[in-house]
Amino acid sequence: MPADDVMIRFDKVVKRFGDNVVLRELDFQARPGEHVTLIGPSGSGKTTILRLLMGLERVNGGTIQVGDEYLSHMRRGDKLVPADERHLRKVRRRIGMVFQQFNLFPNMNVLRNLTEAPISVLGQPREQAEARAKELLDMVGLAEKLTANPAELSGGQQQRVAIARALAMQPDVLLLDEVTSALDPELAAGVLDVLRDIARSTDVTLLCVTHAMKFARDISDRVLMFDGGKIIEDAPPAEIFDSPREARTRDFLQSVIET
Amino acid sequence: MGGWDWGFVSQIMPTLLRGLLVTFEATLLGSVLAFALGLVLALLRRAGIPVVSRLVWLFIEFVRSTPLLVQLYFLFFVLPDFGIRLSSLTAGVIGLGVHYACYTAEVYRAGIEGVPRAQWEAATALSLPRHRTWTRVILPQAVPRVLPALGNYVISMFKETPLLLAIGVIDLVGAAKEAGAGAYRYVEPYTLAGLLFLLLSYPAAVLVRRLERRVGH
Ligand SMILES: Nc1ncnc2c1ncn2[C@@H]1O[C@H](COP(=O)(O)OP(=O)(O)OP(=O)(O)O)[C@@H](O)[C@H]1O
Ligand SMILES: [Mg+2]
Repeated sequence: MPADDVMIRFDKVVKRFGDNVVLRELDFQARPGEHVTLIGPSGSGKTTILRLLMGLERVNGGTIQVGDEYLSHMRRGDKLVPADERHLRKVRRRIGMVFQQFNLFPNMNVLRNLTEAPISVLGQPREQAEARAKELLDMVGLAEKLTANPAELSGGQQQRVAIARALAMQPDVLLLDEVTSALDPELAAGVLDVLRDIARSTDVTLLCVTHAMKFARDISDRVLMFDGGKIIEDAPPAEIFDSPREARTRDFLQSVIET
Repeated sequence: MGGWDWGFVSQIMPTLLRGLLVTFEATLLGSVLAFALGLVLALLRRAGIPVVSRLVWLFIEFVRSTPLLVQLYFLFFVLPDFGIRLSSLTAGVIGLGVHYACYTAEVYRAGIEGVPRAQWEAATALSLPRHRTWTRVILPQAVPRVLPALGNYVISMFKETPLLLAIGVIDLVGAAKEAGAGAYRYVEPYTLAGLLFLLLSYPAAVLVRRLERRVGH
């Protein structure tokens, strides 16, 4: 049974793409409100972990739980069977995701990007959804861009809108996949400031993949070093950045700092 | 005989314009049907129900590999044997609409596939229901890009409406034929009919080309 103090639980999760085994019986947990950062070499499966949680990929083995519910599976009688689309849809609502390439809807203005899902999924009245959208845009510093089209915004601004869009659904968990790696450093800084603010002022559980190590150090409660389909080190940021136990963690951090 | 008779021209003009109106009517209604049915076919093919998508594929292939004329004959001369009696124009519009729907379905399909997968994923990440993803995210991005291609089919259809003559629709060419037969004089009617087609389809083609440039193809 899922425990009360767990927001995310991976239990022996296996994920393959053809012959390529990306996750090998991966176990990990995050508590409600915890800020967890995943680091690891390119191609190690960090994005895959987030996509599994978002329900964009299916597990090949093991289970994923979100809060007190299974995401990957559902109960039928006293058996656990793979989740169907309807179940997935229900649990998915607790999770929001921000993508590397923003993925705003280009056919909608900023306001509509933020209100579409709250209105059609959460059933919020339009006025309420718009009021909330304005608050969120204010929080990400884009109050004046309400009626702009995504194409008129810089990458950094688009990403801040994407963050606001995800938060408009009031998720319990927010997934951030290298949200600044498509941005110039000065634009990235603005996005990271917004995320610091969110980490400080909300109780959303953050699961974050990033190469911005300073940022990871600032916001994380825990950093997980991920390699070879497994978590090889799991420690508070000060420990993992200043005195990593594993040689592979040391090498990885070295390579990140050098680039 | 011979030469160009302006008096005759002004005499047959009303007949020709009535025919042109029929041509317009057939093109317009045929296009509406082709756009709507084509979209339905494209969506059915993607609905993820293998039997349905297979059947739709078969239907499209069948229609595309038989001549429009045969389809028109079928609608007008064969269906009555099954108790379905259509007027010439109705049969013509259905024939044109269904025939072209099998082409526009492919156009829509390409447009839908042109929407990046990331847009589907963003919609999924927001838990948008499937129908809402289609109507609010995918189609609003897919359709504008295919408008020029759809426009080209409207122009083709416009030029193919004279085929409806075979099932008794008096379109522009039909009207020209009648006007000519009445006076045993065909130079003016057919020249004018040709000119009218040119006068209408050329600007339309220019418009479509401009649209093409706007949507960036
Ligand atoms: N849809 C897919 N089909 C096939 N293979 C895939 C797919 N998605 C990911 N992979 C493979 O899974 C492995 C892990 O990919 P993933 O994107 O999760 O890595 P990552 O840790 O996020 O890397 P990066 O730091 O470069 O973003 C890679 O070998 C990748 O090629
Ligand atoms: Mg990745």
